[in-house]
Amino acid sequence: MSSDAMAIPSARTEVRPWVEVAHEWVTTVDHKRLGILYIVYALFFLVVGGIEATIIRIQLIRPNNDFVSPQVFNRMFTMHGTTMIFFVAMPILFGFANYLVPLMIGARDMAFPRLNAFSFWLTALGGLLLYFSFVGGNGLYGAGNAPDVGWWAYAPLAAKAFSPGPSSDYWTIGLLVSGFGSIGTAINIVATILCLRCPGMTLNRMPLLAWLNLVMSGMVLITITPLSAAQIMLLIDRYLGAHFFDTQAGGSATIWMHFFWIFGHPEVYVLIIPCFAFMSEIIPVFSRKPIFGYPVMVGATVCIAFVSLSVWAHHMFTIGMNSYANSFFVITTMAVGVPTGIKIFNWLGTMWGGSVQFKTPMLFAIGFLFQFLIAGLTGIMLSSAPFDWQLSLSYFVVAHFHYVIVGGILFALFAAFYYWYPKMTGRMLSERLGKLHFWLFLLGFHATFDVMHFAGILGMPRRIYTYEPRPGWETLNFIVTIGAFIQVIAILVFVINLVFSYFKGPRAGNDPWDAWTLEWSVSSPPPDYNFASIPSVASRRPLWDLKHPEDPDSRYE
Amino acid sequence: MSAATSPYLERSPEWKLPYRGTVGMACLIIAESAIFTIFVVAYLFYLGKSITGPTPREVLETPIFFTVCLLSSSLTIHLAGKELENGHRRTFMILWSLTIALGALFLFGTALEWRRLIFERGLTISTNLFGTTYYSLVGLHAAHVTVGLVMFGIVLLFGLADRVGIEQSARIGTLSMYWHFVDAVWVVVFTVVYLVGR
Repeated sequence: MSSDAMAIPSARTEVRPWVEVAHEWVTTVDHKRLGILYIVYALFFLVVGGIEATIIRIQLIRPNNDFVSPQVFNRMFTMHGTTMIFFVAMPILFGFANYLVPLMIGARDMAFPRLNAFSFWLTALGGLLLYFSFVGGNGLYGAGNAPDVGWWAYAPLAAKAFSPGPSSDYWTIGLLVSGFGSIGTAINIVATILCLRCPGMTLNRMPLLAWLNLVMSGMVLITITPLSAAQIMLLIDRYLGAHFFDTQAGGSATIWMHFFWIFGHPEVYVLIIPCFAFMSEIIPVFSRKPIFGYPVMVGATVCIAFVSLSVWAHHMFTIGMNSYANSFFVITTMAVGVPTGIKIFNWLGTMWGGSVQFKTPMLFAIGFLFQFLIAGLTGIMLSSAPFDWQLSLSYFVVAHFHYVIVGGILFALFAAFYYWYPKMTGRMLSERLGKLHFWLFLLGFHATFDVMHFAGILGMPRRIYTYEPRPGWETLNFIVTIGAFIQVIAILVFVINLVFSYFKGPRAGNDPWDAWTLEWSVSSPPPDYNFASIPSVASRRPLWDLKHPEDPDSRYE
Repeated sequence: MSAATSPYLERSPEWKLPYRGTVGMACLIIAESAIFTIFVVAYLFYLGKSITGPTPREVLETPIFFTVCLLSSSLTIHLAGKELENGHRRTFMILWSLTIALGALFLFGTALEWRRLIFERGLTISTNLFGTTYYSLVGLHAAHVTVGLVMFGIVLLFGLADRVGIEQSARIGTLSMYWHFVDAVWVVVFTVVYLVGR
C-alpha cells in the first residue's frame, strides 16, 4: 500500500497580498506556524550570536590584538552566551517540539493554542529587549550599552554599584520575560502529551520524541523558575535598594551562584534531552531498525532528569565549598554519566546490524554520537574537584561546554533540520549541499574546539581580552580562529541550502524517509487541521503497521 | 483510502485522558513551587544575618485572624465548586463572593501589617536583610493572592451576567486548584516567617 493514498491536497495555492499573509503569521495560534516562527526567530539569533563569536575569535587571533576595545569584548562574550542559550537553543528546541509533538501523538493542535502564541511572543519580546540594550542601554549614564557582566551575571558585578546604567537590567528583564514564555510552552507541551494523545497511543507506545520532550518540559518547570526567582531578586536589589546579593549589608554573593547554577546545570539537560529525542527518531529510521531498548531509553532519560537536579555546584568547586559538598557534587556529577552512557549504547545498539543509510541527517547524527561522547568524557574529567581546581575558568572548560553545545546540540539540530525540513516545507534539502555543510562544519568544529582544549591545558583563561605572545598560545589561537571561519562558511552553505531548497528543492511527498511515526502519514506540509480523521494506533510504529499489514508491530505487543 | 476503512488496526473502545486544565494548572503549580522555594530558601539562609535592626522578634506580630480568613476561603471555594457542579448557581454565587471577601480581607491584613512595619517600626525593603527577604517573600505571596482575586472577580462578573453554569465547573475547578495552592504556600510562609523565623 502506498502512503500517498492518505495525501490531502493543500488548499493554499492562490496568491494573496503580503499584508494579509503577515497578519496571518502574527495572529496565528496554529502549532505548526508557531513552531516555524520559533525556529526562524532562533535561526536569526544564531546568526547574530555567530557574528559575536566571530568578533571574539578575530580579537584573539594573534597576541596583543586590538580589533575591538576591552569593553566591547566583554559585551560580545556576554551577549554571545546569553543569545546562544536563551534565544537560539531554547526557542529552536521549543519550535521543533511545538511542530512535531502534536503531529506525532495524533493531535490537531497543542492543548492551549493561545497560550502557545503568547509564549512565543514573550520569548520574542525577551530577545528584542536584550538587543534593544545596544540602542537604549546608554541612557543618561554613559556607562556603556549592552550587558557586559558575563552570562552568569555574578554578584556583586551585577549590583548597581559595579554595573551602573540600565544595561544589566535589559539582560535581567529580557531573560525574565523569555523565561515566562518558556514556562508557558513547557506547561503546554506537558498538557498536550498527557491530554491529547490519539486513541491507542498509551505512554508506552508514544514516540520517544514525545517522551523526551515530556521529560524536558517537566524539567523546564523546575529549572527555569529558580532563575526567574533569582532575576526578580536581582531586580529588587537594583531598583528597590534591597540586599539579597549585597555583601556590604551581610548579603551573600555565593547564594546568587547557587541560584544561578540550580538553573544553569539542569538547563544543559533541558537543551540536550530534545537532542536525544531527535537522535532516537533519526537513528532508527536510517538504520532501518526499531529503536533498541525503548523502556531503558525512557528510564535513562527520567534518571538523567532527576540526577541532573543535584549536580549544580560542580560549577562552583573553585569558590571553596567544604569537602562534604565537594564530594557530594563530584559523585552526583560522575553518576549522571551512567544513564547518558546507557543512551549512547542504545543508539549504537540500534545501528548495530542495521542497514545504515548515510544520508545527511544520519551523518550529523553519527557526528553527534562521537562528539557528545567526547564532551561527556571531558565532563567526567572536570567533575573531579582537584582537576577542576586546575582547569576551571580556562579554555579547557570553554572547549568542554562548546563540545556539548556545538558538537552535541547543534549537530543534533542540523540532523533534525535535514530530517524534518521536507515535512515542514514540502521540499527536500539538497543532499550535495548537505554533505558539503556536514564535512565543512565537522572540519571547522574540530579545528576550533579540539584545539581549545590544549590552549586551556596550557593555562589560557576564559574571557581573556588579549594575551602576550608566549609558547604555544599564538599558534593554537590562530588555528581556533581559522576553524571558526570554516564554521561560518559551513553555516552559509546551510543557509543557502535552506533558502534554495525552499524554492527549488525536489518535492518531498508525504514520507520521503520511509519512516514510522504519525507525522509522515499526512501531507508535507501538513494541512491546518493535521489529521482529517484522528488516527488510532496499536503499536510504537503506526506507519510500519500501515505499510506492513502482514507483519504489524502490534502483533508482538 | 476512504475514511470508512480506517488504516489503523485497532480502535480501543474507551479512551479517556485527563482534562487539560487540570494538567496545565498542576504544571503551573509545580513551576510556582520552585519560585517560592527559592524565596523561602533565601529567607531561611538570611535569618539572623542582618547587620542592623530591627529583627523579626522585635517587630513581627502573628496575623492569626487574617490567616484563618485565608485558609477558610479554601473551604468556601471548594464548596462553591461543589454547588456549581450540582447546578446550584445561587449558592455558588454566594460562596464565591464570600471567597473573594475572605481573600480581600487577608490582603487588607497584609496592608495593615506593612503599614505598621513601615511607619511605626521603620522597616522597609532596604533597611536590612530581614526587610529584604520578608517583604519579597510575603509580597510574592500577596501578589499571587491579588492575581487570584482578579480572576475571581472576572468569574463574578460573568456570574452576575448569568454566564456561569455547570459547563464551566471544570474551569472553576482549575481556579480552585490555584487558590488551594496559594493557601498552601501561605501555610509554609506563615511557618517560616512567623514560627521558625522568630
